[in-house]
Amino acid sequence: MSRAAEESNRRLLRARDAMDRTYAQPLDVPALARIAHVSEAHFIRTFRATFGETPHRYLQRRRVERAMFLLRETDRSVTDICLDVGFNSLGTFSRTFRDITGETPTYYRAHADATLVPTCFAMAWTRPSS
Amino acid sequence: MLSITLSQIFVLNQDEALDFYVGKLGLVVKNDINLGFMRWLTVAVPGEPGREILLELPGQPAMDEGTAEQVRELVTKGATGGWIGFTTDDCRKMYETLKAKGVEFTQEPMDRPYGVDCGLRDPFGNAIRITQMAPMPAAQ
Repeated sequence: MSRAAEESNRRLLRARDAMDRTYAQPLDVPALARIAHVSEAHFIRTFRATFGETPHRYLQRRRVERAMFLLRETDRSVTDICLDVGFNSLGTFSRTFRDITGETPTYYRAHADATLVPTCFAMAWTRPSS
Repeated sequence: MLSITLSQIFVLNQDEALDFYVGKLGLVVKNDINLGFMRWLTVAVPGEPGREILLELPGQPAMDEGTAEQVRELVTKGATGGWIGFTTDDCRKMYETLKAKGVEFTQEPMDRPYGVDCGLRDPFGNAIRITQMAPMPAAQ
């Protein structure tokens, strides 16, 4: 029983790592389910049971976190950043960003300070929580 | 004055841990002693024997089986916080070398103000980071 849980966790972590590496690409549930060795429907359910949120929500927050990073630390335009992190429309990006952080991208950029922790810590600790 | 000589991370299998930390990352075994109640297994960076990492197996009697099970589940979720940071003089070269050995990367080498670094996982879920520090600006 426990061994099965460990293997399931490790495979789901591998799928989550894949999402973190390819966050700008569309959510590819079939590919992630293959990494996790489960069916698509089972993948979404198990991911949620393991990490406390659906893959879609995890990816959305990852994209917003990466957008926050680019807003803080680069001079790229909000439109470019929106595309960089995988959104197709500025409207969806701005709405999602505001829903998750409570601020507009422009407001966030004007008030945020650069942070120099290693990227894995930035990704783990600055991804907005629900 | 203090120095750090020994740190610990949990692994789920000590032989698999050796395959990874020695066989792939290139560390060396510093101590591998059967103490009867536990296998005291430490690794170190070659040429830096003063700083060891203990590869510890969670289990009885150090913790009850239910707790060990929880630890193993957290390790495999990447959630125990077991984490090691290495530095190298050439992060991209190290990345290519380890990638060729089948190491599982979480992040490709990326330029950051502090240097170039990449992220990977050990076979169990522990995170490892390898950084090539940017040269310090010359003192004014």
